[in-house]
Amino acid sequence: MKTLDTASDTTGAASSLPAAAPRQRPSGFKAGLSHLGHVAGENPVTGFAFALFALIVLTALFGPMLAPYDPLATDTAAALQPPSALHWFGTDQVGRDIFSRVLVATRLDLTIAVASVALVFVMGGLVGIAAGYYGGWTDRIVGRISDTIMAFPLFVLAMGIVAALGNTVTNIVIATAIVNFPLYQRIARAEANVRRNAGFVQAARLTGNSEARILLTQILPNIMPIMMVQMSLTMGYAILNAAGLSFIGLGVTPPTAEWGIMVAEGAAFIISGEWWIALFPGLALMIAVFCFNLVGDGLRDLIDPQRRT
Amino acid sequence: MLRHLGQRLLTTIPTLVGVVVVTFLLTRILPGDPAAFFAGPTADPAAVEQIRVTLGLDKSLPEQFVAYVGDLLVGDLGVALSTGQPVVAEIAARLPASAELTLFGLILSVAVAVPLGILAAVRQGSWIDHLCRLLTTAGVSLPVFFTGLLFVYVFYFLLGVAPAPLGRIDLFASPPPHVTGFYLIDSLIAGDLETFRASFAQLILPGITLALFALAPIARMTRASMLSVLSSEFIRTARASGLAPGTVIVRYAFRNAMLPVITTLGMVFSFLLGANVLVEKVFAWPGIGSFAVEALIQSDYAPVQGFVLTMAILYVLLNLLIDLLYGLIDPRMRIEG
Amino acid sequence: MSTLLDVKDLTVEFATRRGTVEAVRQVSLKIAKGETVGIVGESGSGKSVTSYAVMRILDRAGRIAAGTVTYGGVDLSAAGERQMREIRGREISMIFQNPRLALNPIRKVGVQLEDVLRTHALAGTDDARDKALDLLRQVRIARPEERYHAYPFELSGGMCQRIVFALALACRPQLLIADEPTTGLDVTTQKAVMDLVVDLTRERGMSTVLITHDLGLAATYCDRVVVMQKGEVVEEAASAAIFKAPAHPYTRKLMRATPRPGIGLRDLLPEAPAGTPTRPPAPAAGDVLLKVEGLVKTYPRQGGNPLARLLGRGGAAPEPFRAVDGLSLEIRRGESLGLVGESGCGKSTTSMMIMRLLDPTAGKITLGGDDIGAIPAKAFARTAHRRRVQMVFQDPTDSLNPRFTAERAIADPILRLEGGLDRDAVRARCESLATQVGLPLDLLDRFPHQLSGGQKARVGIARAIALRPDLVILDEPTAALDVSVQAVVLNLLDDLKAELGMSYLFVSHDLHVVRLLCDRVMVMRAGQVVEEGTAAAVLEDPQAAYTRELIAAIPHPPV
Repeated sequence: MKTLDTASDTTGAASSLPAAAPRQRPSGFKAGLSHLGHVAGENPVTGFAFALFALIVLTALFGPMLAPYDPLATDTAAALQPPSALHWFGTDQVGRDIFSRVLVATRLDLTIAVASVALVFVMGGLVGIAAGYYGGWTDRIVGRISDTIMAFPLFVLAMGIVAALGNTVTNIVIATAIVNFPLYQRIARAEANVRRNAGFVQAARLTGNSEARILLTQILPNIMPIMMVQMSLTMGYAILNAAGLSFIGLGVTPPTAEWGIMVAEGAAFIISGEWWIALFPGLALMIAVFCFNLVGDGLRDLIDPQRRT
Repeated sequence: MLRHLGQRLLTTIPTLVGVVVVTFLLTRILPGDPAAFFAGPTADPAAVEQIRVTLGLDKSLPEQFVAYVGDLLVGDLGVALSTGQPVVAEIAARLPASAELTLFGLILSVAVAVPLGILAAVRQGSWIDHLCRLLTTAGVSLPVFFTGLLFVYVFYFLLGVAPAPLGRIDLFASPPPHVTGFYLIDSLIAGDLETFRASFAQLILPGITLALFALAPIARMTRASMLSVLSSEFIRTARASGLAPGTVIVRYAFRNAMLPVITTLGMVFSFLLGANVLVEKVFAWPGIGSFAVEALIQSDYAPVQGFVLTMAILYVLLNLLIDLLYGLIDPRMRIEG
Repeated sequence: MSTLLDVKDLTVEFATRRGTVEAVRQVSLKIAKGETVGIVGESGSGKSVTSYAVMRILDRAGRIAAGTVTYGGVDLSAAGERQMREIRGREISMIFQNPRLALNPIRKVGVQLEDVLRTHALAGTDDARDKALDLLRQVRIARPEERYHAYPFELSGGMCQRIVFALALACRPQLLIADEPTTGLDVTTQKAVMDLVVDLTRERGMSTVLITHDLGLAATYCDRVVVMQKGEVVEEAASAAIFKAPAHPYTRKLMRATPRPGIGLRDLLPEAPAGTPTRPPAPAAGDVLLKVEGLVKTYPRQGGNPLARLLGRGGAAPEPFRAVDGLSLEIRRGESLGLVGESGCGKSTTSMMIMRLLDPTAGKITLGGDDIGAIPAKAFARTAHRRRVQMVFQDPTDSLNPRFTAERAIADPILRLEGGLDRDAVRARCESLATQVGLPLDLLDRFPHQLSGGQKARVGIARAIALRPDLVILDEPTAALDVSVQAVVLNLLDDLKAELGMSYLFVSHDLHVVRLLCDRVMVMRAGQVVEEGTAAAVLEDPQAAYTRELIAAIPHPPV
């Protein structure tokens, strides 16, 4: 019920509006933080997700220091032990401590996700904004590139790219970025395109802004929040994609600790009942993806409180 | 309608060209020497040189492309080193297994997700809505290979109700006579209920694994688009004209809400075909996905390339089908093209 | 006359994030059989919510908190959903704003009519089609057999509204609720639709509730008018009486703010003493500022068969669409010219070309002797001419960057085209501009979503006049505003013009509004000027048939 809030205006003074917006940047940031606190407080799930996100980041930073064992040290005497006080998550077929490996792997998995999302944001986001704003040939060429990528089942294309470029972590990052490119490009394009002839952009033209300047000062800041949400949502997909690739033996090579490859190593032991080898890295993966998705939803609420009902 | 079909077919051509160019380029950007790669890790320099000439890698890039397209047109995707068979034959033999699994997963997920999404939208805030939200959030967060393994552990190892995750049919049973390549259909055609039961038992776990994965996007989109349609003005008009809730929901809301869902199906297919590779590996399913993974491990590149191309062509065709379906429901598409 | 609908002390609440909001408070009204009643109010007055509550089609968040709605002896506020379904369509039906959205986009309109007929068992499988066709004929749709098979997107807005009306009439209800049925339609279409509604409902002895923001429209077509403000009924009277002697201050304000023949700009404002001349007669116009000669803009037509075109058998390309077709005009210094026409007549395209945001296909645009039409639109921003032509946009919300404060928006032209000023100097300029347009200085730090519609309009105006342009193009600057706000903004624009000696090109669909602000008026249709003259002459003695039709279509309240 939008109409309910419309302030009547005849004298020019509005008394029923919320407190005046902060004037300086720092207080704007502070207001953002307090808004974050408000959203987190109102929706406990979102608050939980942000806390979990912080925990994952901390684990990625300090995991290697906290790990009780060397994640690569084998101990055949202690192979295939179920979870115990000594080995919280048990040990694998060569006696490595799974808890330590899961902890240490956080950094690698998070790095892959962050790097690929950052890469695709720069590539897809900027190219998409330019395509949507300028239209014409730029738009057609960029659109054609996206269409071609989209013509492949994305995971299959990622497989092909890693297979072609070679089996390295960098190539996983590149492949994940490429398969996400159309998504970012299209969102950025659509958002830029609807604003291309918006009143405020026309007004900016009238006040002597160059097209490039309009793109940077008028269009980009208005699109950033939407892109941020998208980045958070695709973080989960990026981790899944990378783990899936290493599950089938692409990218990360043993004995490196990485969630996907650890699940793959444990897969062989599932039928014989040694569940812990695959379960704990799998759970870690699931929780991370779950958390990124919740953070993404939370961010969406944060940037656009009006869209919520 | 015919014109719409013609136009849509026309737009498929540049996409297919793009697909062929990309798969071609993928083989040419191989790090190091593609000939050595194709020859396999054990080949000596003479054999590599031999391969280079056979593959035409000594020619210029455009010439190679022409040769590649020429080979494609006669259905030549090279030879799989591991088996010595032509890649096309290998893929053709394994495609029905993958198709059966993927379609089973898709049908299962649509059958659950669409009613779930509709109920969640119609009874917004009820337990079914919460269930829908839980399933969709969990569905997108679960790594599909991990779900598969969990199912195997619980239903095979712990409960013993599912057969061993080793392929399409019991090791001791024989597949039904080949008609469609789909064991479920072929066994029914043969009237062999025992084989039907056996292959169904094998299919159920990987099928549910895939379905759970595809469920999330479909249910989420159904719920969202149903909600937005239900709050639209023409639904208000329909209600104000006293139409029965059943009519309003089915004839007015549902058909309109299905349009974005059908569009989402394209994305779902993309996910499914990818997830298929992982599920096939977990359940030792003898489809083209596990074939490609095997080849990848052995650095046997021709099958991988053939696999990527096959999947892409399949996906392009599926998207074509989806668009035509969309055109059937939405009159606006038929006119504007 | 017996009472058909009796609403007593109706209160409707909405659950929002900030708690419960009462959208309608203690509203009582009676509708007699055969009576036409208008409910008038500005946005947020609760007029639509009242009608939704009567029909019990409030959305999820809303509920009737108190009061009764009695229809034919039944209390609708307590009726079950099944009973309500019998009543909706059969007893009370409704038509809405934006008819195109009110129809199922993927169902043939004829079938949609049949759905309603069958629901209320007024037609079986065999005669549903004939009855639907009959309804189409009744709402005066030409070639009904053909239109029966049409989808809403294939019909014009006016035609869609007739279909929605046919849906509403299908079951011969006793009461029709029309919620802003003609908002967004052109004035000639509005007249056709309203005449049809009044004719058919009178013919059938139906009662009608017309919900509108337009006091003039309500007074023209209704027997009685109910005025609502902020969820409450403030006045209720016969149409003629309400215009002659409005009792409530709010009604007086609303009535005064409604543009109508024979009044001046100042008469729109609540405080001004009635009858004073609005402003001195147009000053002896200065020399010619803007001269447009033979302006043409064409667009290639969409369509054709791409398959045939690809194969080189497409034949000749279709004749391009001429959006503006040989238009010439002149504006003198200090003069304001109104450009009037219905949607699609080419008036906005014309203004975009003069604004130099769009390149003309042919023609010449000179500003104070300089041929600005020759400079490509892309390069125009870098010329010294840019600051001489500015614009106030139609939608005040859309025209402000959501991430800029009011001050930043106003400062933009100063920073870009003037430069060399320090922060304090820019702030000082913004403050003086804000004062000039009547924007309280403490609002300068707010973002657009924290401002009301009128305040946003003021920011837009301040931005346009920041560099003292020679010519300001006003593109329907008040179309998105409530009438009382419109009255204030129009007066502000007039004052600013006198103060700064600017010229205006006022683009609008509303002849009455244009007349108030402009010295001369041009009427456009299909890309061409059909009539031109002083505002008074065009309105009082129109020469072109089209102008006469336009003027006749404007609602004429019984004054």
